[in-house]
Amino acid sequence: MLEHYLSLFLTAVFVENLALAFFLGMCTFLAVSKTVKTALGLGLAVTVIQTITIPANHLLHTYFLQPGAMVWIDPSYADVDLSFLGLICYIGVIAAMVQILEMTLDRYFPPLYATLGIFLPLITVNCAILGGSLFMVERGYSHSESIVFGFGTGFGWALALVGLAGIREKLKYSDVPPGLRGLGITFIIVGLMSLAFMSFAGIQL
Amino acid sequence: MPVLKARQALLDPIFNNNPIALQILGICSALAVTVQFETALVMSIAVVLVTAFSSASVSLIRTRIPTNIRIIVQMTIIASLVILVDQFLRAYLFEVSRQLSVFVGLIITNCIVMGRAEGFAMKNNVWLSFLDGVGNGLGYAFILLVVAFFRELLGSGSLYGYQLLALAGSEGGWYVRNGLMLLPPSAFFLIGMIIWAIRTWKPEQVEES
Repeated sequence: MLEHYLSLFLTAVFVENLALAFFLGMCTFLAVSKTVKTALGLGLAVTVIQTITIPANHLLHTYFLQPGAMVWIDPSYADVDLSFLGLICYIGVIAAMVQILEMTLDRYFPPLYATLGIFLPLITVNCAILGGSLFMVERGYSHSESIVFGFGTGFGWALALVGLAGIREKLKYSDVPPGLRGLGITFIIVGLMSLAFMSFAGIQL
Repeated sequence: MPVLKARQALLDPIFNNNPIALQILGICSALAVTVQFETALVMSIAVVLVTAFSSASVSLIRTRIPTNIRIIVQMTIIASLVILVDQFLRAYLFEVSRQLSVFVGLIITNCIVMGRAEGFAMKNNVWLSFLDGVGNGLGYAFILLVVAFFRELLGSGSLYGYQLLALAGSEGGWYVRNGLMLLPPSAFFLIGMIIWAIRTWKPEQVEES
């Protein structure tokens, strides 16, 4: 059983890394990876939010949205299917969770709040978060699996972000052709990182 | 003058101010759907429609939205449009919808849609916002289709499902498919190359570093 969770975690971190294999959260990924310090802050925030929202959306999906999910309220709801409301509900949960996290941090951990600053609200529109929830629904994970999956995807995304930031910090010492400077070379680097992460694909536990 | 401005709103985002190549917006959900030309085409159309109509609707009610909750209002408008697109695809293009999987839903968090609603539609009239939405959608579609063109042609030797290059091996052709093109990294390389090409053509976009 433990092996199953470990394998799920490693797959989510390396092989199916949300940023490098599914291109999720690319906008923030490219915009915030200029220095390692900010990358660490954002990575931490994403990991926390991902670990909270994916299980939360899992509960929402299981008890309200999937076909016949509301039987626990009343048996006559057996053929109610609200799954078309999924997208709008998930994004609502994410926005609410981000807001709650922001308020909690502001009240109890002001230094961390100051570090994360602008990144917290930005997380709402980070595709990696919504993408994680949608993958969780599509693959039909159980509740405990969804917790592991949430943490794994968040951690994997953060790992890729910090790695890219490290490379980009060194990049200022290299001589890049004018047309490739900035965004162009970053894409190529991300491509190479993506190749590297893919080599984990063969691992079986 | 108004004609000129409308044309600018429509055409500028395609080459001069491309959302993907210059503004780093909306790369998120897109690239995973570029293995085949067909899915990329459907995705592009979906994004053009959503961007255009969300910009127009946001612009329509821009004077009535309270500033504090504008993000939520925009989000709701966008999410409703995306649900429409998603349900439509499921009803009429089920195969494509299955291949696009979660990426149709991810149009909600596509920064282009949100960025145009917040950055342009809140300040301009309905018609201009609509054109701006179409323009930015097309700018996105342009990159998506170029990437998909190369990935499908080099990766599978076909285009839009038609076999153009005869495959080597059992089918007796000459073309050996390039497996890398079917994998995620190739999309990053291709976009890097496209950006390089655009910036060589229009040197004013080159970044100082």
